[in-house]
Amino acid sequence: MSARLTPAQMAWRAAQDIADGAYVNLGIGLPEMVARFQPPGREAVFHTENGILGFGKAPEPGQEDWDLINAGKKAVTLKPGTAFFHHADSFAMVRGGHLDVAILGAYQVAENGDLANWSTGPKGVPAVGGAMDLVHGAKQVAVITDHTTKDGKPKLLEACTLPLTGVGCVTRVYTNLAVVDIEGGRFILREKLPAISLDELQSLTGATLHIEGAVADLNAPEV
Amino acid sequence: MDKTMPDLATAVAGIEDGMTVMIGGFGGSGAPIELIHALIDRFKATEHPKGLTVVNNNAGNGHVGLAALIEAGMVAKLICSFPRSADPVVFTEMYLAGKIELELVPQGTLAERIRAGGAGIPAFYTPTSYGTDLAKGKPVAEFDGRPYVQERWLKADYALVKAHKGDTLGNLTYRMAGRNFGPLMCTAATTTIVQVSHLLEPGALDPEAVVTPGIFVQGVVEVSDPAQEEDLNRAKAVYPEVAQ
Repeated sequence: MSARLTPAQMAWRAAQDIADGAYVNLGIGLPEMVARFQPPGREAVFHTENGILGFGKAPEPGQEDWDLINAGKKAVTLKPGTAFFHHADSFAMVRGGHLDVAILGAYQVAENGDLANWSTGPKGVPAVGGAMDLVHGAKQVAVITDHTTKDGKPKLLEACTLPLTGVGCVTRVYTNLAVVDIEGGRFILREKLPAISLDELQSLTGATLHIEGAVADLNAPEV
Repeated sequence: MDKTMPDLATAVAGIEDGMTVMIGGFGGSGAPIELIHALIDRFKATEHPKGLTVVNNNAGNGHVGLAALIEAGMVAKLICSFPRSADPVVFTEMYLAGKIELELVPQGTLAERIRAGGAGIPAFYTPTSYGTDLAKGKPVAEFDGRPYVQERWLKADYALVKAHKGDTLGNLTYRMAGRNFGPLMCTAATTTIVQVSHLLEPGALDPEAVVTPGIFVQGVVEVSDPAQEEDLNRAKAVYPEVAQ
């Protein structure tokens, strides 16, 4: 099996699809890395649901202001044009259709766009945060995820088996093997690593990968 | 009309057993640490208030602020969106031992329920949680061909909020992302108590800059140089400090 994309390369690939001036929410964890790879000449405006629009990168250690944090409770910085707002305004931006792109992590994604990313079952302490809000309202809801679980099971499925975050909400999936769109209740393969065969990719996917037109090579630089 | 309270103990003196208390803050940002600690002090001295229902986005971190309130055994139920964080050991242990009840609410729905409570709107419809476990038992209706879930307003007996500057009439500004739930919670409680880092005379705040108008605030108490939960936790602080 050929080398898969690293998490940074997956984030790089997702960043290539974000337009200049887009309003973007990045989920906690891997999706946050997307902000590091904006193509030259493009500047997205990042939204964090705790109440900041247009924040800057992380401060140097020791320079943190703990009133200036993102949804992951990590310190961020101000930059020209930053705006603060309360939670009802923040989620009006989310649910009201004002965000262009939301990028989230996933445990499972189904071919109809269902997403499971908040609960692995009844054990432990349940926590949902803003995920169930974020999957509604953004014009594009994309997911970044490994193509399979750590023990090799498909994460792209005919139907999710874990508790749902949202129904029919995901429009594009970036994995470490492929880029897949969700249209009309089907997975449409758009890009795949050049070194992986269609048969092998299909064998690692829990639902049919449909092909419409050319499948482009998925290439990402060393980042 | 001066809403200034002389000290923190007076500010939290009216909170009774079984009340619902909204506490501002997202993680440590905007958390009214000193008001929470004053409430713990009262409990340690009088065994009241207890059996509280607390509304907050999280479940506290470490052994200060909200986590210390929970650890003291004062909270019967927590209404929140994300009870997991860097060090939520207090809540986690009590929840898994069945000693505290949890109502899990999506973050935007939590905000809107509080907003609705403050605005006199008993219920509303949102796409959030449709088709998920968190929508079970709630009415669903279709609008313009899409399904939405009915959610109820959320109100409280008290709100404890941290603001940056406030005047004696209760007009408030906030500091950066410390604003979060504060302006909403101020509107949704019968009695809203605010700790401000700078207490000013009327006229000192630019009316254009006021975020929370004083009508939503019943008491202000000045806490200059307030503690930050993150700093306390990095110093491994515990509240109340254990006597040596």
